[in-house]
Amino acid sequence: MEFKIANKAKRLTLILMIMGVIFTGFGIALTWKDHNFGQRFMANGLINSFFFFSIGMGALFFLALAYATETGWYAAIKKVVEAVTGFIPYGIGFMVLILLALTLTDGGHIYTWMDPEVVANDEIIKAKSFYLNKGFFWIRTIVYLGVYYMFWKGFKKRSLEEDRIGGTEIHFKNYKKGALFLVYFSVFSSTSSWDWLMSIDVHWFSTLFGWYTFSGIWCSSMVVLVILTLYLKKLGYLPKVNDSHIHDLGKWTFATSFLWSYLWFSQYMLIWYANIGEEVVYYMMRIENFKVLYFGMFVVNFVFPMLLLMSREAKRHSGILTIVGLIILSSHWVDVYIMISAGSMGATASIGFMEIGMAILMAGIFIRVILYNLTKAPLSPVNHPFLDESIHHEI
Amino acid sequence: MTDRVIYAMYDDDDVLKDGAKHLVAKGVKVEEVFSPFPIHGIDPIIGVEQTRLGIFAFIYGLIGLTLATVGMRFFMIVDWPMNIGGKPNFSYMENMLAFVPITFEFTVLCAAHGMAITYFIANRTLPGMKAQNPDPRTTDDRFVIELRASQNSKFSAAELESLVKETGMVEIEQKEI
Repeated sequence: MEFKIANKAKRLTLILMIMGVIFTGFGIALTWKDHNFGQRFMANGLINSFFFFSIGMGALFFLALAYATETGWYAAIKKVVEAVTGFIPYGIGFMVLILLALTLTDGGHIYTWMDPEVVANDEIIKAKSFYLNKGFFWIRTIVYLGVYYMFWKGFKKRSLEEDRIGGTEIHFKNYKKGALFLVYFSVFSSTSSWDWLMSIDVHWFSTLFGWYTFSGIWCSSMVVLVILTLYLKKLGYLPKVNDSHIHDLGKWTFATSFLWSYLWFSQYMLIWYANIGEEVVYYMMRIENFKVLYFGMFVVNFVFPMLLLMSREAKRHSGILTIVGLIILSSHWVDVYIMISAGSMGATASIGFMEIGMAILMAGIFIRVILYNLTKAPLSPVNHPFLDESIHHEI
Repeated sequence: MTDRVIYAMYDDDDVLKDGAKHLVAKGVKVEEVFSPFPIHGIDPIIGVEQTRLGIFAFIYGLIGLTLATVGMRFFMIVDWPMNIGGKPNFSYMENMLAFVPITFEFTVLCAAHGMAITYFIANRTLPGMKAQNPDPRTTDDRFVIELRASQNSKFSAAELESLVKETGMVEIEQKEI
């Protein structure tokens, strides 16, 4: 069935974007005289570019995972996953834009290791500068983004080809490419989060940081997939999707929430237990300035899915899934906000017009792009080898 | 009170499934199916209720959580305050993080063991219990449907038998219990 963007969705995304622009404008008008205006603006740019890019990246990871494990059940929602991965080129654009802006302003007081004056007076950064320098940073960034883009392009091309030609040759090619992508992604998801996020707190390091960021990404993209699938099903576009598919997506949301909470806790507890000055500084600063937001975010992301999504019925209930999904999605945004804003601006960071405005502006663009992607391809794969299995999926 | 039980044996699970569908469509209540492996999709046909094992798992988990918390608070804080790494040793809350992994493990342990034991008791398969299956061949390559006359008072025993014989079974056995 051909997907057409409903007028309601068009209006909603337009309202989100206009509200976003107005709020951002308000925020800029209110704060542009502040000494840290530039820093705040850049931090917001990085938060939203990264957050929404990473949702597309998480969907790409999920797609590759399904290819590599030859998953059957997801075939009926494969095109939905692919539509979310379709944000990748846009996300790459936003990431390049903000990283370029940060590089040209010598880190914009966010990546302080890009500022030669700071580096000259800082022995710790000097010791790290063989890795954290503009040139090498850009080589890595281009490699990450280039590899993601190429794999996305390949998966997309082969998916459309499979619709036309069929057979199993494309399936096995996807199988190989999916496994290869996972190899790249396992390294890049860690190192890119060090480069883009952990280097903000440049003196601090944590070996778990990559997994922690990645699990947050994965959880956010599963939430987006659940909500998008429910939305399309409600409009009657996905007749092949039954309760068991929704149940499985709900299980993924539940499981990845736990993965995220587990890694958050692991990182926190090890640092708390060892109590080494250079490690605890990360948490000290966040607890002193953002106690409610930081722990509140953790509690919401852990307790909400645990209690509300535990039962079988809840995982099949579209209302519960949507509400819990939206709540944890915004909490994961707060997670990224605290990583970036608290790390760069410290005590002066706060959520105001600009933060909310830029977030809903990007959310509007994100939803619009995904809906637009849905119109470009049929909503159900035609020749996927596991399509029949997926239609009869029952758990 | 004696009850008349009919055991119909099949040599294929798909035949059994179709047979069960046929019987249920005629209004026969199927009491139980015995099979060497789980037959996919048989539950809704013979009207097996959704399992409540998950609720039990949750309760066992809560018991584990409580036991672990109370126990560790007593051992490490009340009875013999332990000073580990200079952490405050007179408060459970301030040391809570250190106790989380053990609490988690104990919760999982209680939930898993409780659930397994409950499962064995509910199926009467604890070691030493008398086997429930009517024929040892149902643990190998045969499948059995059990019907009870008391649950099918609409039909006479002869009617039930003739209904079962329509379903492609290979053997039939009747018992008084």
